[in-house]
Amino acid sequence: MSGHTALIEARNVWKTYGDQVVLERLDLSIAEGEFCAVVGASGCGKTTFLRMLLGEEPPDRGQILFDGTPLHMEPDAGRSIVFQRYSVFPHLTVLGNVLLGLELRQSPLLGRLFGGARRYARGKALEMLAQVGLDHAQHRYPSELSGGMQQRLALAQSLIVQPRLLLLDEPFGALDPGIRADMHKLVAALWREHRLTVLMITHDLKEGFALGTRLFVFDKVRVDPQAPGAYGSRVTYDLPLKRPEDRALSAAVPALAMA
Amino acid sequence: MKRLINLQPSRLSAMMLALLPFVLVFFAYVATSNARLEANPNDKLLPAMTSFGEAMERMALTPSKRSGELLFWRDSASSLRRLATGVGVSAVLGLVIGVTLGALPLLAAGLSPFVASLSLIPPMAILPILFIVFGLGELSKVVLIVFGIAPVIARDIQGRVREIPRQLIVKAQTLGANTWVVILRVVLPLALPRLIDAVRLTLGSAWLFLIAAEAIAATDGLGYRIFLVRRYLAMDVILPYVLWITLLAYAMDRGLRLLGRRLFPWQAVSA
Repeated sequence: MSGHTALIEARNVWKTYGDQVVLERLDLSIAEGEFCAVVGASGCGKTTFLRMLLGEEPPDRGQILFDGTPLHMEPDAGRSIVFQRYSVFPHLTVLGNVLLGLELRQSPLLGRLFGGARRYARGKALEMLAQVGLDHAQHRYPSELSGGMQQRLALAQSLIVQPRLLLLDEPFGALDPGIRADMHKLVAALWREHRLTVLMITHDLKEGFALGTRLFVFDKVRVDPQAPGAYGSRVTYDLPLKRPEDRALSAAVPALAMA
Repeated sequence: MKRLINLQPSRLSAMMLALLPFVLVFFAYVATSNARLEANPNDKLLPAMTSFGEAMERMALTPSKRSGELLFWRDSASSLRRLATGVGVSAVLGLVIGVTLGALPLLAAGLSPFVASLSLIPPMAILPILFIVFGLGELSKVVLIVFGIAPVIARDIQGRVREIPRQLIVKAQTLGANTWVVILRVVLPLALPRLIDAVRLTLGSAWLFLIAAEAIAATDGLGYRIFLVRRYLAMDVILPYVLWITLLAYAMDRGLRLLGRRLFPWQAVSA
C-alpha cells in the first residue's frame, strides 16, 4: 500500500453490462479533503462509477479501496449521497429529515430517539439546518419546498452524519441557473467548513471548474464505430484546479468544451 | 360556444347535476309504484313510500315479538362487527405481508407467486370449506372476508413498496439504517397512505363476502335479513336495507378518505 493515504483508490476497474463495456481500466485516487468533479458525456459511466462507490454495484474486475481497505459492497454510513431527485423523505418534515440521520444510526431497534438524546439531536439538527439556511422552514414537508430548498435539505441531511465521503449525483441539474449559483456558494462553504471529501458528478463543465479542486473527465479512449459498446470509458483528463475558479484551465483544454 | 370538452360546471351546477339522477330515479320509482298500486293495491313489488315507513318502524323502533330486540339495529351491529373485524384483520395482514414482500426481494421470490395464486382463488368457492372447518359461527364469515380481500391488499401494498424510489432506500442506508429500521422508518410510513386507499377499494368486496356469508348461514345481520324476507317478497324491508347498506358503505369510504388526509398531511400537499 502506498505511503500517503488515499481515501478512494480505484485500481484497474472494469464494468460491463452484457456486451456493453462501460468502464475499462479505470484508475484514480482521491485524497482526503479533495473536491473532485467528474464530467463526461452521458453514457460515459460516471453514474456507474458513483453507484460502485455507493456499494450498489460491484466492479467486474479490479478493485476499489476505501481508506485502504476494499470497499464495502453495500451502502453504509461512511458514504453519504445527494441525488438529483428523491434525496429527501416526503413523509418527514424538514427537521425530521435531518433528525433521521441521527436517529437511524443511534437507534437500531426503533429508529427513533427519545428524551434527552432527542433534545440533543434536535439541537444539532437545527444547527445544521441553520447552516443551509432552512431553519425557518423546519416544520414544512418537502413537497412544500422549492427544488433548491429540497437540495439544501438533502445536503443538511447528508452532512449531519459526518460522512467520510460525500457523493453528489448531478445535485443541481434540475435547478434554475440563479439558484444553482447560490447552491454552488453553499456547497463550497460547507466543503471548507466541514473539511469534506467530495465527489460530484455533473454534466455542467463550468460547475466542475467552479467547485472542484480536481476535475476528472471520463471518456472513451478507443471507439469502434461498428460496435459502439465494445470499449469503455476511463479517466482521460485528471486536472488539478486552483481554487477559487481557475477559468484559464478551461481555455487550455479546448476538447473539454465539447463535453 | 365552447367545445363540450372545455365546459366546466360551476360549484352549484355541479351539485345540481350530481343530485339530478337521484331525483329522477326517485320520481320514476314513485310514479311506477303509484301506477302499479292503482291497478292492484296488494302489489308487493314496488311498495309505496308509506309502506317503507311502516316496515322500518316495525324493524327499527318496535321490539320484535319473538326476542324483544330491535331487529334493524341488531342486524346492523352484527354486520358491522363482522365487517370491521374482517377488514381490520385484512388490513393488518395485508400491510405486514405487502411491506415484507415489497421490501425483501428474497422473501418475495419465495412467497410472491404463492400470494398471487391465493388471491386468484374465488373466495366464494371455498366458503363451504370455511363452514366445514370453522363452523357456521362468526369466525367463518370473518375468515371469508379476510380470505377475499387480504391478498388483494397485500399485493397492492407490495406494488406500492416497489414504487418507492430506490434512492430513498439507498439514502436511508447511508444514514446508517439497518434493514429493520429502513422498513420501520421509511418503507412502512410511505406505504401507509396506500393502505387506506387499498381498504377503500376492497370495502365493496368485503360487503359482498359479508352478505353472501350471512345469506347462507347466519341468525342475524343485514344480509341475513334481506335473504330471509325475500321469501315473503317483502320489498318494503329489502329496499330500505339496501339503501342503508349503501349509506354505510358511502360513509365508510368518506371516513377513510378523511382519515387518510388527516393522518398523512405530507401526501395531501403533494397532490
